Amino acid sequence: MRRAVVILIPYLWLVALFLVPFGIVLKISLSDIATAIPPYTPNFDFSAGWAGFKEFLSQLDFENFIWLTEDDLYWKAYLSSLKIAIISTILTLLAGFPIAYAMAQAPKEWQPTLMMLIILPFWTSFLIRVYAWMGILSTEGFLNQFLLWIGLIDSPLQILNTDWAVYIAIIYTYIPFMILPIYATLEKLDPSYLEAAEDLGCSRTQAFWSVTVPLSKPGVIAGCFLVFIPAVGEFVIPSLLGGSKTLMIGKVLWDEFFANRDWPVASAVAIILLLILVIPIVLFQKQQERQQEADS
Amino acid sequence: MKRFTLFNATSLTLGFAFLYVPILILVIYSFNASRLVTVWAGFSTKWYGELLQNQQFLDAAWVTLKVGLISSSIATVLGTIAALVLVRGGKFRGRTLFSGMIYAPLVMPEVITGLSLLLLFIAAGVDRGVFTIVLAHATFSMCYVSVVVSSRLISFDQSIEEAAYDLGCTPFDAFKSVTLPIIAPAVISGWLLAFTLSLDDLVIASFTTGPAATTLPIKIYSAVRLGVSPEINALSTLLIGIVTIGVITASIATKRAAVHRKRQEELASQNN
Repeated sequence: MRRAVVILIPYLWLVALFLVPFGIVLKISLSDIATAIPPYTPNFDFSAGWAGFKEFLSQLDFENFIWLTEDDLYWKAYLSSLKIAIISTILTLLAGFPIAYAMAQAPKEWQPTLMMLIILPFWTSFLIRVYAWMGILSTEGFLNQFLLWIGLIDSPLQILNTDWAVYIAIIYTYIPFMILPIYATLEKLDPSYLEAAEDLGCSRTQAFWSVTVPLSKPGVIAGCFLVFIPAVGEFVIPSLLGGSKTLMIGKVLWDEFFANRDWPVASAVAIILLLILVIPIVLFQKQQERQQEADS
Repeated sequence: MKRFTLFNATSLTLGFAFLYVPILILVIYSFNASRLVTVWAGFSTKWYGELLQNQQFLDAAWVTLKVGLISSSIATVLGTIAALVLVRGGKFRGRTLFSGMIYAPLVMPEVITGLSLLLLFIAAGVDRGVFTIVLAHATFSMCYVSVVVSSRLISFDQSIEEAAYDLGCTPFDAFKSVTLPIIAPAVISGWLLAFTLSLDDLVIASFTTGPAATTLPIKIYSAVRLGVSPEINALSTLLIGIVTIGVITASIATKRAAVHRKRQEELASQNN
């Protein structure tokens, strides 16, 4: 009896504030837009019970979704979110791997401090860390001033308000999520494997590619998912640093909701974004479970 | 055999420079006398003065603090219970759904969480404001708390709990006097995580707030959309300073506690 109460408290909370809201999003995505407050016509009357549900089913309309497929803004936004997320995940991996590798090779007594230095920025506000790049990337910003000063460029580069600014900020804000899982696998790596490889005639580089890299695969995969999944739905970064040509679905959803006040379309955008993310999320979950089994 | 080569030293230096130089520039230029943020015009603390006189920012800071303290406390209680249910609850109907609901919010895009909660509050006819932001923040941060606490619950020796039962403890007594002290560090770091997540959140708060309540991130976002400003640099510096001091203090405290516990364990084993 007591046990049931203990289970029910968090259970009901999550059902009420996580599961039910999704039901509502799904329901509104199938509704018609109306110029009222709330600005949609509910197509499903909860109070009418079973009869109401049957009537709801007969009236189901996917016009918002059909509309999404017809307007190529949404196609472009989905594809461009995926493209930006993939490119920035690869760049984050390229930047994060050497750092994680160097951390694992560093003297044991440094490692806790290095870990803390990686985690510390994560605790400071995401918004502030994105904002910090506005002053660096603008045409009269520090990066351009520096590049002009060393004579690498003759005229300032336009970086702010382009996709490049978005890539840089995604790498900057998500790199701890890439470094930490890779570091965790590299740190566990038994150095005698590398010695064995060298005894068998491998050069250091060969040993790195044929021992270290394959053994770090679980960490690399986990890190890539942890960067890719949130990057797809990112809103703050494209909104502050991206240009008018930077299309990302999180921003489209926000504008659809706050600027156009088209709630049914915003909900339909949310449902499709979720469907796109379900595959990587499930893959990630599977991979984590396999990893846990392998560890135990 | 560890090799710390020049290559490793270079990647660490460049990596940490990349992580810290932007923050450092932000902090330095918050002390700039000029309103032009990229031109240095001498040292000044006037932006801090202006910030402290800006009633809107002070109000927003107060709302943020209130939301953070209440929501992280609710999240810690719910998240700890959820972790106990997941790790010690055994099998019950709907367990898969439950663990799904714990893990899903961790990877859910914030725009979706925010949108869905807003639509819920409207459907339920709740007035939006501090109360709705607290509910929203407590919901997503309880999932983080439960992940942190369950990793601690999995790793400790369950036979200590069983010993308490054998000595006649009720489940509640055993939790209070055995389990809770052991998982306390995880519960505390869960609370800290929930608190920072709440302080930091822009997207979910924007969706779930009403006209009456503006949090600091909402205020900062609407200010920086117009461009870089020295007041925001000053505000950011204050926030970064508070967080840095907090994190360093917390990590020193946990290290001391670990040393203390180890010493006590050694003493206990000597006495046996």
